[in-house]
Amino acid sequence: MTKYFNLVLQLERIWTTTMALFARQLQSLTASGIRTQQVRLASSTEVSFHTKPCKLHKLDSGPNTSVTLNKEDALKYYRDMQVIRRMESAAGNLYKEKKIRGFCHLYSGQEACAVGMKAAMTEGDAVITAYRCHGWTWLLGATVTEVLAELTGRIAGNVHGKGGSMHMYTKSFYGGNGIVGAQQPLGAGVALAMKYREQKNVCVTLYGDGAANQGQLFEATNMAKLWDLPVLFVCENNGFGMGTAVERSSASTEYYTRGDYVPGIWVDGMDILAVREATKWAKEYCDSGKGPLMMEMATYRYHGHSMSDPGTSYRTRDEIQEVRKTRDPITGFKDRIITSSLATEEELKAIDKEVRKEVDEALKIATSDGVLPPEALFTDIYHNTPAQEIRGATIDETIVQPYKTSADLLKAIGRA
Amino acid sequence: MSCRAVSVLSKCRISQQQIRGKAHFTFQPSQTLPAALQSMEKTKMNLMQSVNEAMRIAMETDDSAVLFGEDVAFGGVFRCSLDLQKKFGKDRVFNTPLCEQGIAGFGIGVAAAGATAIAEIQFGDYIFPAYDQLVNEAAKFRYRSGNQFDCGKLTVRTTWGAVGHGALYHSQSPEANFTHTPGLKLVVPRGPIQAKGLLLSCIRDPNPCIFFEPKILYRLAAEDVPTGDYTIPLGQAETVRTGKDLTLVAWGTQVHVALEAAQMAKDKLSADVEVIDLQTIQPWDEDHVVESVQKTGRLIVTHEAPISSGFGAEIASTVQKRCFLNLESPIERVAGFDTPFPHVHEPFYLPTVHRVFDAIKKSVNY
Repeated sequence: MTKYFNLVLQLERIWTTTMALFARQLQSLTASGIRTQQVRLASSTEVSFHTKPCKLHKLDSGPNTSVTLNKEDALKYYRDMQVIRRMESAAGNLYKEKKIRGFCHLYSGQEACAVGMKAAMTEGDAVITAYRCHGWTWLLGATVTEVLAELTGRIAGNVHGKGGSMHMYTKSFYGGNGIVGAQQPLGAGVALAMKYREQKNVCVTLYGDGAANQGQLFEATNMAKLWDLPVLFVCENNGFGMGTAVERSSASTEYYTRGDYVPGIWVDGMDILAVREATKWAKEYCDSGKGPLMMEMATYRYHGHSMSDPGTSYRTRDEIQEVRKTRDPITGFKDRIITSSLATEEELKAIDKEVRKEVDEALKIATSDGVLPPEALFTDIYHNTPAQEIRGATIDETIVQPYKTSADLLKAIGRA
Repeated sequence: MSCRAVSVLSKCRISQQQIRGKAHFTFQPSQTLPAALQSMEKTKMNLMQSVNEAMRIAMETDDSAVLFGEDVAFGGVFRCSLDLQKKFGKDRVFNTPLCEQGIAGFGIGVAAAGATAIAEIQFGDYIFPAYDQLVNEAAKFRYRSGNQFDCGKLTVRTTWGAVGHGALYHSQSPEANFTHTPGLKLVVPRGPIQAKGLLLSCIRDPNPCIFFEPKILYRLAAEDVPTGDYTIPLGQAETVRTGKDLTLVAWGTQVHVALEAAQMAKDKLSADVEVIDLQTIQPWDEDHVVESVQKTGRLIVTHEAPISSGFGAEIASTVQKRCFLNLESPIERVAGFDTPFPHVHEPFYLPTVHRVFDAIKKSVNY
């Protein structure tokens, strides 16, 4: 019933908006050419959409269910999600070609979470996440080349090949983290620094439904509430902690309520607009000094937990296909912005083409660039790593490690 | 200086790194079996299958035995518990949430209450969230309760060691982190035959054991494994190659590196190297190693874990004390470097056959 009501509401909104557009176009027909007017109007028009309401825990009111979107943002979000999708496909292929060392966890299916949250973030906000970090790394400033080349361990990589899939960083992005549950207390720590500096910022601290069962989260939640830290604990619930479905791993699958005394909201993580609106609201909540907030993003991952998991032994192929068909964050968004005339099929096709080109070019570098010389093995272990003796090519040829940091080494080989 | 360093080290430049490299060793099946096992029927099994078989036998022979860990219900990421849930039911083989500390603590409780607990920690690298429970609780339960309570029925299985492309958090060898803790037994098998016998020993041993499974061997190592119920005693080393000139001690994957280096020493230096597989790291078979060094006068210990405070240091210290007058050359350790386990530079980190061979050469020419 609610579903039907929502649909009617949404149709009504689309109808009203379209009619308004139509009326304004008619008015302007008398002036100049129709074509230019339409473009100008389209680009300055905001369309409103209806999103699934958030479920609330210990809150009286939550984010708005009526959200607006303009053309510029629509195209940007579409592009961002497509870049992540395309980049992850490329990463998956590289892994299958055995060009990637380390492990590789793909974000495909979850794009709306990262892109939606990023859209609501402001300068100075920080992010820390788990090992599914390629998309976030790119959104927060790294290039596609830096991400893919890090996966293949090349100098052009985000950490010049020293980190690999789970370890990438940019300013304000405290990285992917390889150990399940390790990043949550760190996020609280980052938030403490923000509070101490009186910044109007939040630390977006992400974890999966799997890591939601790690004790460290509960320790971090307590500290965050005790000191009212501006931290958003965001559980990206993709339904499976590695190969175990949430119902079989968690006594309560309502992750947004599991902060107990910390209020929380449940968000439709497949709808970028819902995610953006919820994050905006959550940021205001934190900014007002109320302390931490739990957010659960209901989402889905198309691939296995990591590349070594085909992802089909604990769920059916049909289930994955069904989500792809009916809940895909990109397809869903695409339909909405075309139906509401915020974008045309052609515009989106042009974006797809551009994205494909960007990823293809990055792939070329990621598979052809050099690897850091072996001395990199010994750099960055401590602040000013003491020079170590390393055996050279023969038993008598011992050399003293010449570089202390990767930066020194990069400079020496002309790649600084 | 710096330019020279680059040129020297870059002679082995990483062109092969376009593609993930092949294994840094060749698996060498066991040549001889303990007398008791020789007459048993055998089937070809890889290490994953032999671990599976050991757990099957343990659960068949002990009604109280339960198996749990992350994703073990469908076989675990390495498929070691494949079909065990089907065979023994959901009440005996079950998934846990992703919570290593919880798994370890839960296992201690299960064992303390008298049931046999086989707990899986998916990667040795993830054992650190469980470190407190294992070091402070499991290891000391018997001691602190004056032997009224213990968790000896607990066995923690976890994967271990380099795998060719595992990088920082899927490659570590944390055995030495635990050898500083009296009360725990630690075992690393070198192949399917030992894995089965040693794992059954761990499960049945009345002390908490951590069983480290070299994950690179799961599929790569296959040999004829006795099909029956057998155990290999804990705390006993095995000489896997006899020699008179030098003793080379290793465990897990590194035994195969050592065997290859020993053969190289035979071919190139005409040196007879004795290779010992320590098997149980704690308590380790001191007498076995000491007797060998008394014969050969030389000792090299080699392990994948970083060199400093690695278990090689403990062996070296004991042997220099007990064999001081037998030693012909300084005891050498060939191990991983004191760095985090690297991503692209794994081939340079590992104590490869060439590094072990160099150490042998240095020692015999001392």
